[in-house]
Amino acid sequence: MSDSNKIIDQAVGSEYKWGFYTELENDTAPPGLSEDTVRFISARKEEPEWMLEWRLKAFRTWQQMSEPDWAHVQYPKISYQDIIYYSAPRKGPKYNSLDEVDPEILDTFNKLGISLEEQKVLAGVAVDAVIDSISVKTTFREKLSELGIIFCSMSEAIREYPELVRQYLGSVVPVRDNYFAALNCAVFSDGSFVYIPKGVRCPMELSTYFRINAINTGQFERTLIVADEGSYVSYLEGCTAPMRDENQLHAAVVELVALRDAEIKYSTVQNWYPGNKEGKGGIYNFVTKRGICKGDNSKISWTQVETGSAVTWKYPSVILKGNNSTGEFYSVALTNNFQQADTGTKMIHLGRNTRSTIVSKGISAGKSNNSYRGLVKIGREAEGARNFSQCDSLLIGSTCGAHTFPYIECDNPTARVEHEATTSKIAEDQLFYCNQRGIDTEKAVSLIVNGYCKEVFNQLPMEFAVEAQKLLSISLEGSVG
Amino acid sequence: MLTIKNLHASINGKEILKGINLEIAAGEVHAIMGPNGSGKSTLSSVLAGKEDYEITAGEVIFRGKDLLELSPEERAGEGIFLAFQYPVEIPGVSMTNFMRTAVNEVRAYRGLEALDAKAFLTLSKEKQALVELDKKLAGRSVNEGFSGGEKKRNEIYQMAMLNPYLAILDETDSGLDIDALRIVSEGVNKLKSAENAFLVITHYQRLLDYIVPDFVHVLYDGRIVKTGPKELALALEEKGYDHIKKEVEA
Repeated sequence: MSDSNKIIDQAVGSEYKWGFYTELENDTAPPGLSEDTVRFISARKEEPEWMLEWRLKAFRTWQQMSEPDWAHVQYPKISYQDIIYYSAPRKGPKYNSLDEVDPEILDTFNKLGISLEEQKVLAGVAVDAVIDSISVKTTFREKLSELGIIFCSMSEAIREYPELVRQYLGSVVPVRDNYFAALNCAVFSDGSFVYIPKGVRCPMELSTYFRINAINTGQFERTLIVADEGSYVSYLEGCTAPMRDENQLHAAVVELVALRDAEIKYSTVQNWYPGNKEGKGGIYNFVTKRGICKGDNSKISWTQVETGSAVTWKYPSVILKGNNSTGEFYSVALTNNFQQADTGTKMIHLGRNTRSTIVSKGISAGKSNNSYRGLVKIGREAEGARNFSQCDSLLIGSTCGAHTFPYIECDNPTARVEHEATTSKIAEDQLFYCNQRGIDTEKAVSLIVNGYCKEVFNQLPMEFAVEAQKLLSISLEGSVG
Repeated sequence: MLTIKNLHASINGKEILKGINLEIAAGEVHAIMGPNGSGKSTLSSVLAGKEDYEITAGEVIFRGKDLLELSPEERAGEGIFLAFQYPVEIPGVSMTNFMRTAVNEVRAYRGLEALDAKAFLTLSKEKQALVELDKKLAGRSVNEGFSGGEKKRNEIYQMAMLNPYLAILDETDSGLDIDALRIVSEGVNKLKSAENAFLVITHYQRLLDYIVPDFVHVLYDGRIVKTGPKELALALEEKGYDHIKKEVEA
């Protein structure tokens, strides 16, 4: 059998190693979605009246909308009345020690180089007993609050910082922006809230790991990050560790606001259950992520490494409103087996001398489909705007697909928009060359894939980049013989 | 070191090697010459373990092991090195990263500890100097944007790094100008020792002016039809392969 045939076979044969069941606690809303469900959620979260009103308005808006079907993905129709929209975060230990956790999961953690304490948190071992991580969390919080940085759960922010939340929530992704965003507005469970005050440079990467309850925020996550004038923050979402989740539909909303001279760097590594090798199960990940460079000279940078989910539909975007503002999008999307990804970005140039960079690297293996969809829009006022887009596709085997849908709308004659695209395959003679030098095919594929993604990995914070590389190797593990 | 007995190999049902017999001992340099299509490159591919070929008969014993049972990377670990006629480009993978992975994989196979970054770079510098390889190339992607000569020198550099027992040079002289030919040959000569052996595949005698063989074999129609001392190469150059063909067919 030729190498490439083997790759396909083995790729299709490789299974998600981290699938499992977890039992839900009983504090759960009945299935279905109505105004009562929205009231139930809001009441459970002890939200103020204005928040409930906001959610109800969103729910009524959502009811009038219909599910979009333009993405290059196929999935069975979602029955919104069969979904459970609220279940309380698990209380108490699921496991008493790491010894009870599936050794394969632990093995993966070790491969990713995750610390023991962190492993306990991720595997759902009772963390109340973990003194270290509690103290880490406390010192961490103290340090941030000294600088006036707010980093808490969205529920907490709604209660503690209502003015900030009311000012910015829904200001970047309006309620009626799209079907899934409207749904999120009505029923969002929790998420992160970050506020960086004027002139403050956040001294550490903010990661959800430090806010332990964020790990179980459920399927409708809501995140809002506001960087006030002249501030800087780097935020890490997710984790390279396997993401356990029993919810099929995920519809998160992330909003970023960068004021004058501020910079936000948002990095995601997503590794949700992609479904089994027949393409059954797996997470539908329909996310709306958008940032606005509101003030002059501001900058927003999205970096994502996506290897999970059965269906991904995600376009982290930047509205470049401030003059001289900068938007960046760096993406690696790997699909295997029957995974489908339709992902890309939108760069909306409104201000003068705004610039944007798009680097998208798609990797398809197995019978998967990987699409890049990007919009570069140059508004009438955007004098001297510049965009550079590069979309590369790498195919492993011959039963997968890669598609590129670039859209350019330019209303200003002084703008410069460049688009480059390539499609390549890992050739058998490349693999043989590596083999002859002592590198087995699996490592060779990983070497080539990581080399191909280097531009994007370089954008990730150092430790995250190392984890992302390992993650790609693990996702391709067993994909070749 | 290497014993090939009655080796038959075919590709897509067409027999290319029709019974090769060859014995190579440590410290020896063997040259294989022959006209186009005689099976020279097939022989090197089969020894390195390229999967496209089907072995229909015969055996190959390398340092006491059945070579044909081993995967290409295991063969590399055992000490087989093939300097490719057409080295492939691997975009995005830096030469340094590639070489370090290869060196450490081979070391792991031999039960040796991985080289740390410093030890690797020291070794790498030393071996680059051997073939006068520009340091800048180490930062570039594997073979990408290398000139023809640089690619071939890069092959010899890799050989030096991996320190094989048997190095197969597949038409390493093709596409080389006279200076590059000299540099490549000198590199090879410096690597020659009593412990290793070379199998040099070439069309032309001129490479053998630099890398002096102990034996010259003439491959014709999938068989070694003539073996002799280094003078045989000169005779071939003078009389051409037609002379051999006539001899064989007579």
